[in-house]
Amino acid sequence: MTITSTSPPDAVVLGPPATRPAVQPSRRKNNRLTHNRWGYAYVAPFFLVFGAFSLYPFLYTAWVSLHRTSLSDIDGGTWVGLENYRNLLQSEFFWNAARNTLTIGILATVPQLCMALGLAHLLNYQLRGRTFFRTVMLMPYATSIAAATLVFAQLFGRDYGLINTALEAVGLDPVDWEGGTWSSQIAIATIVTWRWTGYNALIYLAAMQSIPGELYEAAEIDGASRWKQFLHVTIPSLRPTIVFTIIVSTIGAVQLFGEPLLFSGNGTTSGGGSGQYQTLGLLMYQQGWSNFNIGQAASTAWAMFLIILVVVGLNALVGRLRARADR
Amino acid sequence: MATITLSRATPTPPAPTPRRRGRRRPQAGRAGPVTYTLLVLSALVSAFPLYWTVVAGSHTNAEIAATPPPFLPNASLFENIGAAMEQAPIGLAILNSVIVAGCITIGTVLFCTLAGFAFAKLRFRGQGLLLALVIGTMMVPTQLAVIPLFMMIADLQWVNQLQAVVLPTLVSAFGVFFMRQYLMSSLPDELLEAGRMDGASTFRIFRSIVLPVARPAMAVLAMLTFLTAWNDFFWPIIALTTSNPTVQVALAGLGSGYVPQRSVIMAGTLLGTLPVLIVFAVLGKQIVGGIMQGAVKG
Repeated sequence: MTITSTSPPDAVVLGPPATRPAVQPSRRKNNRLTHNRWGYAYVAPFFLVFGAFSLYPFLYTAWVSLHRTSLSDIDGGTWVGLENYRNLLQSEFFWNAARNTLTIGILATVPQLCMALGLAHLLNYQLRGRTFFRTVMLMPYATSIAAATLVFAQLFGRDYGLINTALEAVGLDPVDWEGGTWSSQIAIATIVTWRWTGYNALIYLAAMQSIPGELYEAAEIDGASRWKQFLHVTIPSLRPTIVFTIIVSTIGAVQLFGEPLLFSGNGTTSGGGSGQYQTLGLLMYQQGWSNFNIGQAASTAWAMFLIILVVVGLNALVGRLRARADR
Repeated sequence: MATITLSRATPTPPAPTPRRRGRRRPQAGRAGPVTYTLLVLSALVSAFPLYWTVVAGSHTNAEIAATPPPFLPNASLFENIGAAMEQAPIGLAILNSVIVAGCITIGTVLFCTLAGFAFAKLRFRGQGLLLALVIGTMMVPTQLAVIPLFMMIADLQWVNQLQAVVLPTLVSAFGVFFMRQYLMSSLPDELLEAGRMDGASTFRIFRSIVLPVARPAMAVLAMLTFLTAWNDFFWPIIALTTSNPTVQVALAGLGSGYVPQRSVIMAGTLLGTLPVLIVFAVLGKQIVGGIMQGAVKG
C-alpha cells in the first residue's frame, strides 16, 4: 500500500484548536514512562545542533548588528550602538529593497494562492489520472531556485526569449523584462508562482478532503449552487489552512534571494541596473559579502525578522478578530 | 518500495468523522471537460519550462534564436553537456550534493524522530518552553544565522568544505514538529504502557515500538528533507565556492559566466536537475502523499 491510499482521512485536521482532540487523557497518566527524565536525552542531540547552529547565531547576529565589523576583521569590531540601524533607516537602498520585497511579495503570493485554491478545487473532482496531475503540478516544487531562475531568465530574455517571441507572434511589442521595474518584478514573481502554486494546491486539497461531507449535503438541501457551496462551505472551512499558507508564503517572500540574484544573468548583487528588483535578502548579501560591512548586514537581517514578526502578528490578530466576530 | 509502505502496524485512533477519500462526498462530482481542459493546461504550464530546458539544451545558440524557435529536442545535447561540464564541475557538484543531502537527511530523520518522540510521548520539565522555541524559530529567516555561521566556519577553516554545509542544516524545526504530530496521532499510549509493563527500558520501547510505528512518517520526512537539502541555495552559496560546489552553487556559477551561452547553461541546468527529476519520477506519488499528509497533520 502506498502513502496516498492509506494516509487516512481520519487524521487530525489542520483547524482551529477547538476541533483538535484534546491531549488531556495522556496527561492524567502518572506512570514512569510519561514522567521521565529520559526526555532530555531524546531531545539532547537535536538541541545540541540546533543551539550551536541556529539559536546561538540568531542571538549573535543581534550582537554583531551593534558593531562596526568588516568581513576581513570579524573579531575586531567596535561598538557603535544603534548606528547600523540608524544608517539603515536613512539608506535609500534599504527603502528601495523593502519596497521591492513588498511588491514582488504581493505579486508572487496573491495570484499564487488564488490559483492554488482553484487548482485544488479542480483536483478535488473525481478524476482519471489523479496521481499524474498531482505529480506533474508538484514538479516545479522539486526544481531548485537556481535551475528555475536560469530557465525563466532565458524565457524572459529580451532578444531571443520565448515569451517575447510569442508576444511578437501575436503582434505585441516585445518587453525588456529585465530592464523595467514592473516587468522585472513580474518576471521574478512568476518564477516564485511557478515553483509554489502546485505545492500550495496540494495543501489546500488535503484540507478540502477533510471537510465533512454533511456540510455539503446540508448546503445542497438548502439549494446552494456549486459556486455558493465553494464560497460558503469550502472557503470558511479552509480558513485556518489559508492563514497558514499566507504566513508561510510571507516568510518565504521576505527572504527572497536566489531569484533576483540569478535573474540578471551575471550574478551581481545589485538587483538590476538601478536596483529595480533588489530585495532585502539580496541587499543583506551585498552589504555583507560584496561590501564586507558585516554589522550593517546584521542589522538588515534583524529588520527582515522584525518584518516577519509584524506580518505574522497581524495575521494572528486578524484571525482572532474574525473568530470573535463569528461567535 | 518496501521502505515507504504506509500500512500501519498499530490501530489508529478512531476518526472523528470516518470517511473514505473523495468518493462519497456530494460535492466531489465527476470532472467535466472544462475541468480536464483547465487541468491539462495547468499541467502544461508546470511542465513546459522543464521541457524547454531539454529543447534549449539540445540546440546550438543560433538554432534556439531562430524564428520560429524549435520545439523538439535535438542531437547537440551531449555536446552542450560536455561544454557545460568544462565550464562548471557539474560531476563533482552532483557527487557533493549527494553526500551533503544524504548526510543531512540521515541526521534530520534520526534527531527529529528522537526529539519528536520525546515531545509527543514523554513528559519533562521545560518541555512546553522547548517546543515553543522550536516552533518559534520556524519564523526566523536564514539571513539571521548566516553571519555568525560564516564567522564560525572561517575560524574552523571550513570555508569551501562540505561539513560547513552539512552541520548547520543537520536538524530542522519542521522535522521535530512533523514527527511529534505524527506520533501523537498514530502511537497509542496503551502500546507504550504495555511495553513498560513488560519491563522494557525507554530506549527498548523506542527501538521496538516507536520506530516501527514512526517509519512511514520518517520516510516522508526523508524525502522532503532530501529535496530541500538538494535545492538549498542561500547558505551553500556563502559557504562554498565554485571550486568545490554543490549543484546549486555550480549552476549559479554557470549562470553568471561573462559570455552567456544559453544552450550550454540550459544543458548544465538539465544535468543538475536530472537527479531530482529521476527521484521524482520514481517517488512522485509518495512525495505528493507526504506533502498532503504533512498538511493535514501539521
